[in-house]
Formats: sequence, structure tokens, C-alpha cells
Amino acid sequence: MLMRLSFSKGVTYVIRLENVSKVFTVKSKEVKAVDNANIHVKKGEIHGVIGYSGAGKSTLIRCVNLLERPTSGKIVINGEEITTLSPNKLGATRQKIGMIFQGFNLLKTATVYDNIAIPLKLLGVNKEEVKARTEKYLAIVGLQDKHHHYPSQLSGGQKQRVAIARALAQEPEILLSDEATSALDPETTDSILDLLLKINEEFGITILLITHEMNVIQKICDYVYVLEGGSIVEHGTTIGLFTNPRHQTTKKFLNTISQRNLSATLISQLNLSGSVIRLTFTGLVTGKPLLAEVSQKFNVKPNILAANIIELKNGVIGNLVVHIIGEKSDVESTLRFLQEQGVGTEELRDEN
Amino acid sequence: MSEFIEKWLPQFQQATVETFQMVGISLLFSIIIGIPLGILLVLSRPGQALDNKWLNHLLNLVVNIVRSVPFIILLFFILPFTKLIVGTTIGVQGVIVPLVIYTSPYIARLMETALLEVENGVVEAYTAMGIKTRHIIWNVMLREARPSIILGLTIATVSLVGATAMAGLVGAGGLGDLAYRYGHLRYEVDVMYVTIFILIILVQSIQSLGNRLATRLKKD
Repeated sequence: MLMRLSFSKGVTYVIRLENVSKVFTVKSKEVKAVDNANIHVKKGEIHGVIGYSGAGKSTLIRCVNLLERPTSGKIVINGEEITTLSPNKLGATRQKIGMIFQGFNLLKTATVYDNIAIPLKLLGVNKEEVKARTEKYLAIVGLQDKHHHYPSQLSGGQKQRVAIARALAQEPEILLSDEATSALDPETTDSILDLLLKINEEFGITILLITHEMNVIQKICDYVYVLEGGSIVEHGTTIGLFTNPRHQTTKKFLNTISQRNLSATLISQLNLSGSVIRLTFTGLVTGKPLLAEVSQKFNVKPNILAANIIELKNGVIGNLVVHIIGEKSDVESTLRFLQEQGVGTEELRDEN
Repeated sequence: MSEFIEKWLPQFQQATVETFQMVGISLLFSIIIGIPLGILLVLSRPGQALDNKWLNHLLNLVVNIVRSVPFIILLFFILPFTKLIVGTTIGVQGVIVPLVIYTSPYIARLMETALLEVENGVVEAYTAMGIKTRHIIWNVMLREARPSIILGLTIATVSLVGATAMAGLVGAGGLGDLAYRYGHLRYEVDVMYVTIFILIILVQSIQSLGNRLATRLKKD
């Protein structure tokens, strides 16, 4: 029934979370770690959940492979409801879902090679295949010369590469990433993100990740969910969210990658003689000399206060903070005109 | 000197052999009982694979009760049980049962501590891969805990050597008995010194062996 429903819409989702909630009981008090979350990921997409610590991201992603059993709601993987599966069948489904962690979770007592080979052996993969896969995926993550090293001899980034190779060696359709880059320095983070993009493109692996770093979302995600207090407070395509954030939390996260706000005192001063507006340009609009046009068309003088460009996975966004000097009515018609041209506008007030 | 050796060598040889017998045999049985018991103590904890509050409470109670009784009292307290199991309450045979009962819960506790040191994240990673619990016990928990398990068993062995000293009370002999009977009761001070010296060497060797093995297994 559910299968047919999703087919009839012409879309099939690899990962589908329907109204998932998770309640923990701590000292006879109920804590809602995840509240009615809905996530839909199509094949080959990369979706990211962003939130502060304690927002419930980890619980949410652990619900996807039932490391955490949701209190209510459905988890559908490839059209199959998995919360009601027998332990054996659940095991088979889990093999299709790779997972990487913030703490890498490698065997300390095993070499890099064994860290990948042991799980494969335990999953019943035959000897030659174990060897072939282990060598193949270690080469893909760039650790072909580290077979006999122990995890303690590797850097954080290399350990995460081993963990990624281990996940890939099961040849999964889905990869879950639980803060995989949070323990790494910015440069290493970038290289791991590049690796995730590469495996997404080369193997068509669908990725769901959680993070508290906006640059992770910016670099590799197609779609974003903003999680706060266990609820998804805002979601949308990465471009959509970067151009037109609505929720306060989303805006705060955006501020972490580019300075979007001016100080309250500066804004209140400038507001005396006009309005401080943030303009967001995406796609074709970036090519037009709109500000020049505006000053001719209306009785206003735009003054650029700050500007930046954000490169996203699927496009480029230009941000411009302008002080538009002029009468209130002129400023309003200017904004209307800009909106008609496809420019995002947001008035900055001193309470921000 | 040579007179002393001539007089006492056979006695020391016999006592050493008895000590080795007692330690070896009881250690073997204690491991067979203690390791699975330790695993069960961990697995029945809340949130673990066999999460079972009652089983966990019961196991903890049993382990704590046995661990509360000093060996010298345990030795006599369980005489009827010993008789039932091995048919005698004296000699090396008679002391094995109390030694095993004394040591297994100790080993179980040491196993529990060793296994709890294994990062839960690794267990979780393997669960997420769809690997069966029994495989995880062997290939993740026991494997990763090996260095701590070896150190734990070393501690248990040393304490077992100590417990065998009381074995003389049921006529099982051993080095402790030799020191007590000749060294203490008959004022043969030299026998006492030599026994202590042998015991020191024995304990040192056990500890060094355990340390070396644990270091070799530890890779971080």
C-alpha cells in the first residue's frame, strides 16, 4: 500500500522517516529527543541535518538504522518499513546502510587491513572477495600504503578514511554520517567532504549526515533540515535555505560562515537616513547591474556595506548588504522592483 | 648450605609442584566459569545486548556474596559441597573446589571491568553493519579487551597463589603450608625465608609474563 502510494507520486525514496519521535525517560521524566521528524531522501542525494548539540541530531540519525528504536513513527528504507522486521531481516537491511562516526570506532587491536576485512568475514563474504574488496576500498580512500598500520599510528583524517573504507566495503546503498568531520581540523574536514562527494558521485550512494558545521552543508548537501529541540524547524534545498532563511536558528547558522549582520548600533544609526537591506542574488541575476539601475529608476542611493559570495554544491549565492538612502516610499518601491527581478531582500533591523 | 639443600630440596620440590597444581587447575576452572560470567554481567546491563535487570541483579548478588567471604572461612563453609563434587574434602583435590569458587567471581568482576573499557562506539559500529551479537562478543568485545583481560587474569593468578597458602589447612600442601608447618610451628627460620623467596620469584614471574603479554596485544 505504502509502496504503491510512493510510486503513484512518481517518486521513490531511499530513506523515508514518517513522523518519527523518540522519547527518553530519565528519572521518570519524559524527554522528547526527536519530535515528529519527517525526512525524505531520494536515491543519490545528499541530505544534511544541522543543529546545535542537544538538538537531537544524533538520536535522529541513529533511528534510521534502528541503533535507537523510535517511540513512534515509521522508518522506510527502499520502500520497506524496518521497525517491524525480524532481527535477521534487520541485519540484512543494516548491511545496506553504512555508517561513519565522529569517533571513528575502529578496532584498536587490528591493523587497517583487518579493520576492513574482519567485518566482511563476519558478514560471510568469501575469502578472495574479502581481500579484493579490502584492497579496492583502501585504495579508493587513498590508504593503499597503510595496510599494516594500527589505528593509533594514523591521523584523525586517516582514521576516518579507514572508517569510510570499512563502510564502503559492505557496498551499501546508503551512508549515514554521524558528525564524521566534527573531530577534524578544517583542512582535513574538506578532504573528507571531497571524499564523500566522490563516493556519492562514483557509486551513487545516498548520504544522510548530521553536523553542527554550516560549511559541511554548504559544501556537499542538496537538501537541509534545521533541527532544534528535537523538531525540524525549517527544511529546504540548500540554495533555498541559504537565499531565504526564515527561522532564527537557520539565520544563526548562516552567520557562522559569513558575516551577515552588522552591529545593532550601526544599523540603528543607518536606519535614520534609509534602510539597511540584505540582497541575495542567485543564478542569472548575478549578471545584471541592478544597483545601478535602481539608482536611476528611483530616488534612492544604494551604498554597499558588505558583500560576499558563497559557493554551494549546486550553485553560487551572492550576498550584498546595502544601505539604501532615500524616502521610505522610494525604498519600498525599490525593494519591490528588486524582488520582481528575482533578488532576495531582507531588511536588517537593530534588534537582530 | 649443601646440608640444608640436601635436607629440604625434596620438600621444596614437592611443595612447589603442589602449589603449581593447585594454581593451574583452579585457574583453568575459574577461567571457564569466570569469563562467561563476566560477559553475562556486561551483556545483561541496561542498554546492552541481553538487557535484563533481574538477571543482572541476581548475578551481581551472587558475585558479591561469594566475594564477601574470606577464603579461609569459605574453605570450611563449603566442605559439604566440596565433598559432593569431588568426593573428598582433603588434599589437592579437596582444595580445588573452594579455590575455584573463590576465584571465579573475582575473575568475573575483572572481566566485567575489562569489557566495559571497550568503547561502546565500536560495538555500535558493528551492530550498525548488521553483524550478529555473538560475533560482536568474540571479535569486538573480547578481542579489544584482550590486554585488560590478560592483566586481570594476572591479578587473579597472584591472588590465587596467596589463597593456596591456606590449602595446608585441608592437607593439600604447597609452599604456604611448608612455610607454616616448618617455618612457623617448628622455628625453622631458613625454611620460611626460602619459601618467601620462592613465592616472590613466582609472583614476579607471573606479573612480568602478564605485563609483557598485555603490552604485546595492546596497540595504542
